Amino acid sequence: MHPAPSLILFTTLSGLGFGLLAWLGFGLKAPTGFAAIVFFGLGYALAGIGLLAAAFHLGHPERALLAFTQWRSSWLSREAVLSAATLAVMAPHAAASAFWGTPLPVLGWLGGLLALATILATAMIYAQIRAVPRWHHWSTPPVFLLAALAGGALLAAKLTAALWLMLALSLAMVAHWVAGDRRFAGSGSDAGTATGLGKIGKVRLLEPPHSGRNYLLREMVHVVGRKHAHKLRLIALGLGALGPAFLLMLPASYLTALLALVLHMTGMLAQRWLFFAEAEHVVGLYYGR
Amino acid sequence: MTTLPTKTDRKLGLVIDLDTCVGCHACVISCKGWNTQNYGAPLSDMDAYGAEPEGTFLNRVHSFEVTREQAPPMVVHFPKSCLHCDNAPCVTVCPTGASYKRTEDGIVLVNESACIGCGLCAWACPYGAREMDGAEKVMKKCTLCVDRIYNENLPEEDREPACVRTCPAGARHFGDLSDPDSDVSQLVAAREGFDLMPEQGTQPVNKYLPPRARDSLDMPDLASLCDPAPEATGFLGWLDRALEKL
Ligand code: SF4
Ligand code: SF4
Ligand code: SF4
Repeated sequence: MHPAPSLILFTTLSGLGFGLLAWLGFGLKAPTGFAAIVFFGLGYALAGIGLLAAAFHLGHPERALLAFTQWRSSWLSREAVLSAATLAVMAPHAAASAFWGTPLPVLGWLGGLLALATILATAMIYAQIRAVPRWHHWSTPPVFLLAALAGGALLAAKLTAALWLMLALSLAMVAHWVAGDRRFAGSGSDAGTATGLGKIGKVRLLEPPHSGRNYLLREMVHVVGRKHAHKLRLIALGLGALGPAFLLMLPASYLTALLALVLHMTGMLAQRWLFFAEAEHVVGLYYGR
Repeated sequence: MTTLPTKTDRKLGLVIDLDTCVGCHACVISCKGWNTQNYGAPLSDMDAYGAEPEGTFLNRVHSFEVTREQAPPMVVHFPKSCLHCDNAPCVTVCPTGASYKRTEDGIVLVNESACIGCGLCAWACPYGAREMDGAEKVMKKCTLCVDRIYNENLPEEDREPACVRTCPAGARHFGDLSDPDSDVSQLVAAREGFDLMPEQGTQPVNKYLPPRARDSLDMPDLASLCDPAPEATGFLGWLDRALEKL
């Protein structure tokens, strides 16, 4: 799949933002006063920038409100509804914490649950797509959820939780890669089933339908990324999860926490790039790749 | 509504005969012609006269080679367009309700004025049957020529999809696949028509007919029919003999 920068930014930044908001919602000792303004501000900003990046991906952003209508069937619509609901429900809790020094735990918890549901919905947009076997697996949602919660914990200065979540994230990423490498073969789709000619013999593309490129190839048959998959996995694992986990084991200081955050975000960008770039779509079978 | 109907009154669709298709691409051109000039946004071309032209098409013809054991390989031309699936994943993923499947005839359509161009439906389709138009930024797909098949302004014989009407080989058939007595259903039954990628669970309405078994010829040993290699003379003859001795 084409690793569109807008989608990489959307999934990483909004994931991080909603992860932070979840922590702020569930937080037993929620920040108040100026600290609350900073923390909630960061959460809203990250979530908002991510959603804005997603809107840039649309061909007709002016009709984006229609995306709130099909929540009964569509995970993308659910994502839109849940993200808006999270931001709305969390707002009184954020305002009360910041300006009156009294968090509203009920709304905080509700907002936290909605934030988790939003991250899950984002993951399900990809995990539901059967035509991309690598994504269509139970290991996709844990990667998204743990990445958001680990990054969010780091931002919310819940350092012990962040450490354990980073370790869990590294396991989830490895599980997703190991399972993912077998998914295409396991899907049962090959050039034989795609053309239905597999019963007759071995099927090979002789002539593509046109000499140039097309939307399908650009969007769904991205083969460049598959070359560097191995290196990028190491970067994602090392910078995204294990490096920050190591830093979090050192005596806590602003410097180590900041460094852990920078490493984590860099690693997650690599992970997300790879998530798209190495995902094979079955339509490639009609194009011999 | 992007939930799928539990049942459609009819299942209009195509039956494509891979035995008869000669790969002429006439159906590709007539499809593009009709759908550029009629319902919905035109099918644009980008960089049409430049170095890397490309365009939006709702029907494309691939050509495959099938290598068989104990028989010569076979070339199969393979037209592909939307299969109007009963369990269409492209419909349920759509966040806006722009994608829908009609209850009356099972045709899968896009309401272009509600499409936000998110592209998710194209990802969800295993067959590559949806393309985002490069100029209009809305999703385009085969409409089964919904603006022809019910169009009373057209002569009766033209009330079928443009690709079917144009195919010079008679490789494309249109009809109601929910009716076991329809011509298309009979054809599918007689020729063992099949689904593409049934394992994807899409339950396509369109069916494909396999190439018929080819005649097999008792092939004589071709090599024995060739003239024996002529004896070389002169310098080459000497070289040939000299090399032979080595
Ligand atoms: S062929 Fe693709 S676009 Fe057409 S109905 Fe099936 S899944 Fe949807
Ligand atoms: S591109 Fe248009 S039709 Fe397709 S899922 Fe998005 S809004 Fe729906
Ligand atoms: S017009 Fe008919 S013969 Fe020509 S490519 Fe299309 S289906 Fe095949």
